[in-house]
Amino acid sequence: MNILLEKYPEEIRAILAKYPAEQQRSAVMPLLYLAQRESGYLTKQSLQDIADVLGLSTTEVGSIVGFYSLYYDEPAGRYRLQVCTDLPCALRGAEEFLEKLCENLGIRVGETTVDGLVTVEHVMCLAGCDKAPMFQVQSEDGLTYYENQTVNSAMELVEHWRKQQGGKDGR
Amino acid sequence: MEGKYLLLRHREFPEIKELQEYRRMGGFQAFRSAVTRMKPEEVIDVVKASGLRGRGGAGFPTGLKWAFMDNKSWPHYVVCNADESEPGTFKDREIMEGNPFQFLEGVAITAFANKANVAYIYLRGEFWHIAHYLDQRISEMEEAGLLGDNLFGSDYSLRMYTHLGAGAYICGEETALLESLEGKLGQPRLRPPFPPSFGLYGKPTVVNNVETLTNVPLIIEHGAEWFRSYGTEKSPGVKVFSLSGCINRPGNYELPLGTTFRQLIYEHGAGIPGGRNIKAIMAAGASSSLIVANEEALDTPMDYESVPRLGAQLGSASVIVVDEAVNIAWLINKTMHFFKHESCGKCTPCREGTFWMMHLTDRIAAGQVSWDDVELLRDVASQVKGKCLCALGEFSIEAVLSGIERFEDDFRQTTHAGQSQPVEIPAVADLPGE
Repeated sequence: MNILLEKYPEEIRAILAKYPAEQQRSAVMPLLYLAQRESGYLTKQSLQDIADVLGLSTTEVGSIVGFYSLYYDEPAGRYRLQVCTDLPCALRGAEEFLEKLCENLGIRVGETTVDGLVTVEHVMCLAGCDKAPMFQVQSEDGLTYYENQTVNSAMELVEHWRKQQGGKDGR
Repeated sequence: MEGKYLLLRHREFPEIKELQEYRRMGGFQAFRSAVTRMKPEEVIDVVKASGLRGRGGAGFPTGLKWAFMDNKSWPHYVVCNADESEPGTFKDREIMEGNPFQFLEGVAITAFANKANVAYIYLRGEFWHIAHYLDQRISEMEEAGLLGDNLFGSDYSLRMYTHLGAGAYICGEETALLESLEGKLGQPRLRPPFPPSFGLYGKPTVVNNVETLTNVPLIIEHGAEWFRSYGTEKSPGVKVFSLSGCINRPGNYELPLGTTFRQLIYEHGAGIPGGRNIKAIMAAGASSSLIVANEEALDTPMDYESVPRLGAQLGSASVIVVDEAVNIAWLINKTMHFFKHESCGKCTPCREGTFWMMHLTDRIAAGQVSWDDVELLRDVASQVKGKCLCALGEFSIEAVLSGIERFEDDFRQTTHAGQSQPVEIPAVADLPGE
């Protein structure tokens, strides 16, 4: 049984239609995004499902997951908060920002808060150099940029997520 | 031509992002007249005559690239490189977000000129929101009869699709981009053959940058002569300069090619914060040689011919300003971490070279300096030179070699004053196995 195909038949059809009929392998990246959307990471089952749809081996699909940095094979916090610390951002205080943010959250870079809400990571250039410090957030809602940030504004965002989460849990 | 901008027109006319407003301002007239009144070869001739050069970094003449398309092999494809990942570069993003239809019209005209019926826009995965935004704009174009079959009553048909990468700098290299679009690892191909003869799915393919394509509607509408009234003789047109680093007013600046560094940094960027002095300039993002920011350098025109006289390249014109408080050993340690992370691993000199250069610069930037390390660093960098399939390895050593040569004192001192403290990094032996 192909769980992915059963769950998203319309989306998968639309993705496959973008590429020539004999070049369906091109759909592997969009299908990985689709499979990753809900839980934030890719399971063995979803790799198998994608391999079946495209006529590839699971290993071939797995190699794509390993090569590209936006695919994850392990769960993390509900929100992945990814700070750019590359040269232009570093010249505008991004490293200090990341350090203080982690201090405020009581975690180190790469770790997740105890409530499982936020994982903080540092990433390579995000094309937001003029608006540093900046970060991107990956969650089930997609990928969003936050620019011209301070530790306070970032902590407010985390607080906002905490309240949302509390609302969901206490329903 | 309405307004003072050619590309960043949304800054004056924010509504230009709406299809109706873009068309009211003359949008899609160029595409219509190309399809209904011109032969594809005539479009190529106009672009050739305009002298437009690729804005992604290489500066290759755009019309010439198009003329290389192999007309014995079909179908043809047009692929737009919207992978914008060079540290210091954030121009394509603004163009796609602010002036999407001029960009998409550029893709459309380019597809017509190259006899392609399908065009793909390859965006870096982090541009997820822009891809969704463009998907909506593409749907609007389909509804308005600007994409689809028998356009403007002709027999020309065109479909356009976005495709998201997933966080790999290397996919900005055109053959790695094509591999990625084919659903494979984003690793460069051996060239030749070049994409105009062997590109996407092995078919003739034109790959052009977002900014390059956004120029095309204006060139078709106003002509090659008009375009050449901007910029210099050999580098005509305007350029979007991304200005970042130690600068009071960072941001994108659309200026004629040939504008000097001094004008960009001091007039437009309002100079260096804290009254400090400028020390170095990286004109092409992290892939740059370090330019010593002396008077001669500041008065150098930013165009494809003049910047090489300073032992550097204009590249994508991502100008990172470095002031006197920054230690260059710390700086190249930052760029080495980037290139080590982004090396695709295909070529040994790049894969191993960036790994070792990162560890050496970790040690040097942490202040554990012995001059032997600096010599070894120079030696490793020199061995990467000219030995890789693509430019990534080549670019990774630009800042290293120029930094050691031009800022030797920074490698001899162990103190790091000012706002840029060195990153805290464990000694090589403490690093986890990679």
